[in-house]
Amino acid sequence: MADKYVDPLTGTETTGHEWDGIRELNNPLPKWWLYVFYATILFSIVWFILFPAWPSLSGYTQGVLGYSSRERLNAELEEVRQSRSFWMDRFEQSSVEDIAKDPELLNFAMAGGRVIFGDNCAPCHGSGGAGAPGYPILADDEWMWGGSLDAIHQTITYGVRNEHADTRYSEMPAFGADEILEPAQIDAVADYVLSISGQGEAAGGDGETVFAENCVACHGEDARGIPEMGAPNLTDGIWLYGGTKDEIVAQVVKPKHGVMPYWIGRLSDAEIKQAAIYVHSLGGGE
Amino acid sequence: MTPAHTAVAGEFHGKKSTTATPVANGRRTGVQQEAPTPADKQPMYADRVKIYPRRIQGTFRRVKWAALWVLLGLYYIGPWLRWDRGPGAPDQALLIDMAGPRAYFFGIEIWPQEVYYLTGLLIFGAIGLFLATAWFGRVWCGFTCPQTVWTDLFMWVERKIEGDRNARMRLDKGPMTGDKAVKKAATHVAWLLIAFATGGAWILYFGDAPTLVREFFTGQASLSVYGFTALFTGTTYLLAGWAREQVCIYMCPWPRFQAAMFDEHSLIVTYEEWRGEPRGGARKDQSFEDRGHCVDCGMCWQVCPTGVDIRKGQQMACIGCALCVDACNSVMPKFGLPPNLITYDSISNQAARARGEPTRYRFFRPRTIAYMVLLAAVAAVMAFSLATRTRLEVNILHDRSPLFVQLSGGGIRNGYTFKILNMAREEKTYALTTAGIPNAELTVIGVQNDPAPNVELEVRPDDIGSFRVFVTAPRESVPAAANDIEFVLTDTYTGETATNATVFSAPGR
Repeated sequence: MADKYVDPLTGTETTGHEWDGIRELNNPLPKWWLYVFYATILFSIVWFILFPAWPSLSGYTQGVLGYSSRERLNAELEEVRQSRSFWMDRFEQSSVEDIAKDPELLNFAMAGGRVIFGDNCAPCHGSGGAGAPGYPILADDEWMWGGSLDAIHQTITYGVRNEHADTRYSEMPAFGADEILEPAQIDAVADYVLSISGQGEAAGGDGETVFAENCVACHGEDARGIPEMGAPNLTDGIWLYGGTKDEIVAQVVKPKHGVMPYWIGRLSDAEIKQAAIYVHSLGGGE
Repeated sequence: MTPAHTAVAGEFHGKKSTTATPVANGRRTGVQQEAPTPADKQPMYADRVKIYPRRIQGTFRRVKWAALWVLLGLYYIGPWLRWDRGPGAPDQALLIDMAGPRAYFFGIEIWPQEVYYLTGLLIFGAIGLFLATAWFGRVWCGFTCPQTVWTDLFMWVERKIEGDRNARMRLDKGPMTGDKAVKKAATHVAWLLIAFATGGAWILYFGDAPTLVREFFTGQASLSVYGFTALFTGTTYLLAGWAREQVCIYMCPWPRFQAAMFDEHSLIVTYEEWRGEPRGGARKDQSFEDRGHCVDCGMCWQVCPTGVDIRKGQQMACIGCALCVDACNSVMPKFGLPPNLITYDSISNQAARARGEPTRYRFFRPRTIAYMVLLAAVAAVMAFSLATRTRLEVNILHDRSPLFVQLSGGGIRNGYTFKILNMAREEKTYALTTAGIPNAELTVIGVQNDPAPNVELEVRPDDIGSFRVFVTAPRESVPAAANDIEFVLTDTYTGETATNATVFSAPGR
């Protein structure tokens, strides 16, 4: 089709292609468009050389710049650590008590503690320390292992009933499953516990005697709990495993024991301090 | 190269025909003959015709100069005005402190959450604009609009350097000579300097002016200062130097609907056609019997900054600057004719004159009265709210998790994040207590560990105090799942009280 034909309507040359009398105008792409297109091709070639680009069977081309998003992330994390180191250093040198007295450090602890709590503690204890059945509420004023800053710090550092050598540890005997107490005694002591927590009268019987013989060692003579033993206060309305009679009986027969992981080694010292201060501030700190 | 192919329907040829000659088969031949050739192509847009406004003297020109110097003066002096706000506070009368963040207007201080005052100001400005337009036509466009003021200034510079209309036209038509190059360069340098002064002054409203100027010229100012100065310098140069009337005609929305603010009593720039037509050239001492007073000298459109011929009637491009009135009035006396053939008057007065009746200006009309009432209402609302606004603001955020906590003693406790915005310039001590729940007690982390009915909170001047407040209530005081509670905050010095209602969650029944 070497015919040169200029379309009289538009004054544009045609490509010489013709279908059923319809001719194709030759309107080339604008030059700027083409040059931009070529520039993108050139750009991609340069990119392939400089940066990781092509997958292979056992890896990928590395690029001559040696760029790696992992390394960049590590570098950025390192930067963050550097920028925080001023505070972290002060943190490590201060006790939690001192930190809580310094408004600046306290502020930093609260901000960091909130994040650490959300990432590590909230799955069991709920956001804001709201707790869940079997997982203690951290926002109330009952502490099985003590609610002072130091006690909280200790609990977070070593956890409860885990495999760490310094973990907090206590276990309540399985009074029913191990047949230490008769079912009638268990029933009586459950009634007694309900009554001292302000939920009804003791139904008589030997509940008080059973309690005095079996329970005061850990829960205390007045049943207010002994933090050193991790034994909860039984006279209030706060129940870890439920406060109905059935739930109390079940706990006496075969107690459930919660486990909390130790955070030493997983969180830095400073982070544990931040978490402790945050938990203390949730409202129940002693 | 990959050419794109655009298929269009050409002439219909026989199915197998490859001939380039059109087949004369009736219908198509007709089309062929009427088809436009490329040379006939019509441009879609008219080219801009450069405008060379002629210098003119007269009443309105003097008003325009006065407006220009007053407005430019206000603009440039504004950031340098001082206003003592005491120690620790900026002493610039007009300041928008982005980092602060707050805005200062003499004795008034606006925090970001009070930005509705800006809305009020804009409404006030808009109604004011409507009122001014209803009274005096496009007085804003013609005399006070920044685009007008700066374009006027730029034209003045242009005229000083390159000469008046005819000289400039000659200069632009002529070949590029050394003289022309010098004049053009001088013009643009002068324009850029003014634009820089404009952009630079704008920045001064956002920081301490003396400090900023020193930092700017010693290279210590922030990148954003240099960036915005460059931006405003560039836009001023572009808009006042190059775009000029095109801003008014193509970019500005105001000309498009300002006609709705007019009525027949609004003062506008018009040509008295009944008196001027039929127009024609005239000699001195010529008789004006049987002809119009317009001598067709062309002065009216030559002085016009937007190139309008007002004799064609009211039009969008006319900014109402009344320079054509000055121009015509400078010509009329030469022919012994009365002035104001082009007049700054209302349509109704013009019609009255045409009928030979006396004219009068109606200042109060339903339209202007309505605008005045609105204006007064907005001003009153603003003034009232400014006068009575409190410098104390409180934000209360109830804990969502946990909603409430049951305490070992049997009480119910709720946690709140309590924020006190002390907008005053002195440290304040506030007494916080609650109302609505009997025997409710307060503890505040770091302030008050033992529950008590009251707590004293200290907030530093000009700051936001954030407190974790716990309210403990006996079980029997909070029977519902959601109980109403009020926080009552009292300024212990002034006795000013702020009461905020919120909710106290409990287990319910």
